[in-house]
Amino acid sequence: MENKTLIELKTEIQNKKISSYELTKFFLDRIKKIDSKLNSFITITENNALKKAKEIDSEITKGNIKPLSGIPIAQKDIFCTKDIKTTCGSKMLENFVSPYDATVVEKLNEAGMIIIGKTNMDEFAMGSSNETSYFGDVKNPWDLNCVPGGSSGGSAASVAARLIPCSTGTDTGGSIRQPASLTGICGIKPTYGRVSRYGMIAFASSLDQAGIFTRTAKDCAILLSHISGYDPKDSTSSKKEVPDYYKECIKKFEKMKIGIPEEFLDGLDSKVSEVFNESVNIFKSNGCDIKKISLKNSKLGVSAYQVVAPAECSSNLSRFDGVRYGFRANDVNNIDELYKKSRSEGFGDEVKRRILIGTYALSTGYYDAYYLKAQKIRTIISQEFQNAFKEVDVIIGPTAPDCAFKLGEKLNDPIAMYLSDIFTVSTNLAGLPAISIPMGFKNQLPLGLQIIGNHFDESKILSLSNHYQNLTDWHTQKPKILGAI
Amino acid sequence: MDKKTVIKIADLAKIQINDKEIEDISVSLQKILNLVDEMNAVNTDNIEPMSHPLNLKQELRKDVVLEKNKRDLFQKNNKYTENGYYKVPKIID
Repeated sequence: MENKTLIELKTEIQNKKISSYELTKFFLDRIKKIDSKLNSFITITENNALKKAKEIDSEITKGNIKPLSGIPIAQKDIFCTKDIKTTCGSKMLENFVSPYDATVVEKLNEAGMIIIGKTNMDEFAMGSSNETSYFGDVKNPWDLNCVPGGSSGGSAASVAARLIPCSTGTDTGGSIRQPASLTGICGIKPTYGRVSRYGMIAFASSLDQAGIFTRTAKDCAILLSHISGYDPKDSTSSKKEVPDYYKECIKKFEKMKIGIPEEFLDGLDSKVSEVFNESVNIFKSNGCDIKKISLKNSKLGVSAYQVVAPAECSSNLSRFDGVRYGFRANDVNNIDELYKKSRSEGFGDEVKRRILIGTYALSTGYYDAYYLKAQKIRTIISQEFQNAFKEVDVIIGPTAPDCAFKLGEKLNDPIAMYLSDIFTVSTNLAGLPAISIPMGFKNQLPLGLQIIGNHFDESKILSLSNHYQNLTDWHTQKPKILGAI
Repeated sequence: MDKKTVIKIADLAKIQINDKEIEDISVSLQKILNLVDEMNAVNTDNIEPMSHPLNLKQELRKDVVLEKNKRDLFQKNNKYTENGYYKVPKIID
């Protein structure tokens, strides 16, 4: 059962081969059995989920079937959920219950899906290893001594371990694609504005975008259609029509021109390079033209990102002042102490570090040298991508420079940690859609292939991903360790 | 980044740091600034800064009330409230 795709489960429920209650119970039991090893969930909503499953079963009996009726999903704990705690991986929001649902949550609920729990994540989505979570590290199901990537580490690990068929994530600099790569699953970050950010706790508002984790491109396409679209509650969401991504994904594959930036391959790990070249050969011999391209400024992405993201974070996180909601420190003598003690005790080290860098970059005398400069670099990076898309349909490369690293390995070296996003940040800076799909292994740990499209070209990257998955079986591999648990 | 700057930034950000932390923070912030300084290798003289990834204009809506007042619901997340107000330490003597 756990190996069935979302599409297979949808068919089984609609043909009444299995009830939503049975399915929900099955995944809840699996979480109970396995998640103590992984720590991929912060909250498990067993009672709510089983209650809703029963309600949906009775609706199905009456013939009221919604597109995704009765299928369980895990929500990253950054999405606000009414009546369920939303912690954002932080002590600051340990007991926070949102008065409303995020638009993504609302849309998936409307499609008939059942929230089975909220997944673990780096605190306020700031991290690339899921080690900054207040609720403990998440372990990689392929090797329990390794990180699952981050910030959506719990969402990725739970799908990879077959604890759930699909989950939501958010991606500010790679937080969907990098963990998808490190855990051997599919993760899509749509175009900026494709999906509403309403009710998604803000980290860096000009970069943040919601997305999906699944095991196949087809499943990804189905869910993406459901969460996409204009939302009056998010003024940055796009009014562009939402295609039926599933239809686009499975329609007859049309020849594509694929660009490979030489900068992505310079000094790349030899095994990652070998695995990537095998994928390139598969595309070459199956109806694609390969073209070497240059994105010479993309390497500045990490630098520009390390200004833009912390600057916006310092501004967004100023709302956590201990007054209206969130953690409040005790024993304070005045209002300044209330702010300072609440924020110092409520936030973890990485969040504080980013707030400080961001505050510095935005402070008098430094704004032009840092924030303005970074926004100009963004323009350059974006123009470079636009020039490349005049010649090619999509751009590919490895998602991350290497396979999953050991827990603790990069925790005390922020720069090394930031560089694990080197291939993913520039697409956030340019607002482009990108997906990571499994492309092979290094030392029995998964490696991801990143496919980047032009703005609103989600259909193309999903179609190419599906084409690749029809020719390979990397996406069907599962962590061996689970057999032993 | 010197200690004085770290103290000033921490005060602006309303983050309390102790003497022991100042040293570590100044070292780690300096490392990040060194990484960021790589941007200076590129001339950006005639480049427009990007403020929206799709270069779209911020859309505005009409200034009308769309939601009902949900103050009580919103204050459920806080035990330091009274008569609809938030309680904080005394600000004015």
